[in-house]
Amino acid sequence: MSAEQIISAPKLIVRDLNFYYGADRALKDINLVIPEKMVTAFIGPSGCGKSTLLRTFNRMYQLYPKQRATGEILMDGQNLLDKKQDLNNLRAKVGMVFQKPTPFPMSIYDNIAFGVKLYENLSRHDMDARVEWALKKAALWNEVKDKMKQSGTGLSGGQQQRLCIARAIAVKPQVLLLDEPTSALDPISTAHIEKLIDELKKDFTIVIVTHNMQQAARVSDFTAYMYLGDLIEFGDTSTVFTNPKRKETEDYITGRFG
Amino acid sequence: MLDLYTRRRLTNALSLGISVLAMLFGLFWLGWILWTLLEHGLPGLGAHVFTQTTPAPGSSGGLINAIFGSVMMTSVAVLIGTPIGILAGTYLAEFGQRGWLAPLTRFINDILLSAPSIVIGLFVYEVYVVKVGHFAGWGGALALSIIVIPVVIRTTENMLRLIPNSLREAAAAIGAPQWKIITFVTLRAARAGILTGILLAIARISGETAPLLFTSLNNQFWSSNMNQPMANLPVVIFQFAMSPYEDWHSLAWAGALLITMSVLTLNIVARVLFRQKTNSQ
Repeated sequence: MSAEQIISAPKLIVRDLNFYYGADRALKDINLVIPEKMVTAFIGPSGCGKSTLLRTFNRMYQLYPKQRATGEILMDGQNLLDKKQDLNNLRAKVGMVFQKPTPFPMSIYDNIAFGVKLYENLSRHDMDARVEWALKKAALWNEVKDKMKQSGTGLSGGQQQRLCIARAIAVKPQVLLLDEPTSALDPISTAHIEKLIDELKKDFTIVIVTHNMQQAARVSDFTAYMYLGDLIEFGDTSTVFTNPKRKETEDYITGRFG
Repeated sequence: MLDLYTRRRLTNALSLGISVLAMLFGLFWLGWILWTLLEHGLPGLGAHVFTQTTPAPGSSGGLINAIFGSVMMTSVAVLIGTPIGILAGTYLAEFGQRGWLAPLTRFINDILLSAPSIVIGLFVYEVYVVKVGHFAGWGGALALSIIVIPVVIRTTENMLRLIPNSLREAAAAIGAPQWKIITFVTLRAARAGILTGILLAIARISGETAPLLFTSLNNQFWSSNMNQPMANLPVVIFQFAMSPYEDWHSLAWAGALLITMSVLTLNIVARVLFRQKTNSQ
């Protein structure tokens, strides 16, 4: 059964995707469907290409001259890899949060408002409301509401990461890419963020890359297991973790490998 | 045969001892220089230094025209050199990943950075002073700005390269165009470091004598006209120290002390600024 048959409402459809770092082929003929308003996790050992795959969804790789992708990634029928696709518009629709918290060197308020201002011309009042909305969505509002003018770099690691999530959702994207969002955080902050992911999937399609298999099992609805640039297995999370079809997947999730 | 642990401890003590000695050796000369400066400079340093112009031999006077000239030419040099330096450094750090222009610029900049300042003085003499037919403050400012530019380029590039790529990616990930990423995110994140670079450039040019000898020369009287020869501390110190007059010597020492103290202050300010930056991240 192909993945496209399992999923009734696909948000992203990946077809024959290949990715190259210079001459190295890092992704090999990936075919995959990301379901709408669900959490999809990419797991696999280091260097398997899961982050690379994630970074093709917003064409982050284009910052670097030697990286390129071939194939198709369809979102609402449009090929994201098309040269004519406007990058800034794409990134307004596909937000991203990184492994290390990356607050901008500006106030907490401006960290959120910076992205919004790129696309919308809001009045002061509407902007305040949007910033508050994003911070509440990211479960950070109560902790920062009295220090909006302070620098975003002064927050704790977990707060910074939630600030980055708030910044990403303030733009109101359709898809949210999370690249190992908790690997630099302590267990309490991690729990915060995982709870948040569960909340956010009501509004956003979420794709998360994680090294932590328990995390994938906890937060995701679908899981893709990758190895050396190949998509080995894709299916709903409970099946992949309890009854994997492929021997390689079983070896990885049971810790015999990787 | 000593056992391994004792041998390690001895080696450690020995290398630590040599390092401390080397540091003390360096500090000793620095301390001596400062002491000499204070010893000879402090007695000559009084209100008259800041209120009167440079005197004829045998009469009383101060350094106000030289201080003013130095401040003027340094300011103009920084005003010319800083924007060019920051823009060029930004180009090298943010756009200089591909092509041949950036490596070439970086190479030329390195040469300029280590060029003897007297060469720069001669260059400005040739292209400016000879053309206008007389020494002038603008020439001095121009020569100093040529010294400022490579320093600012280098620090700007280095400071921008310290900004992790993840920050650029984060800004790109919300769809910011490159000019916004640079102006609002990376330059902002690097601003304390870049400011430090500018302060160090000021410190570097405030004691330069050779480029001014060929360009602004000197002026015994008060002049705020940048089209005329302009007094400045380094050349006054040079001229007065070479003279046989006792009161000129005393003023030269006072001037030398002034320059040293302002450079010291600038360095301390630069360090404090840089520390604040590293603490906040």
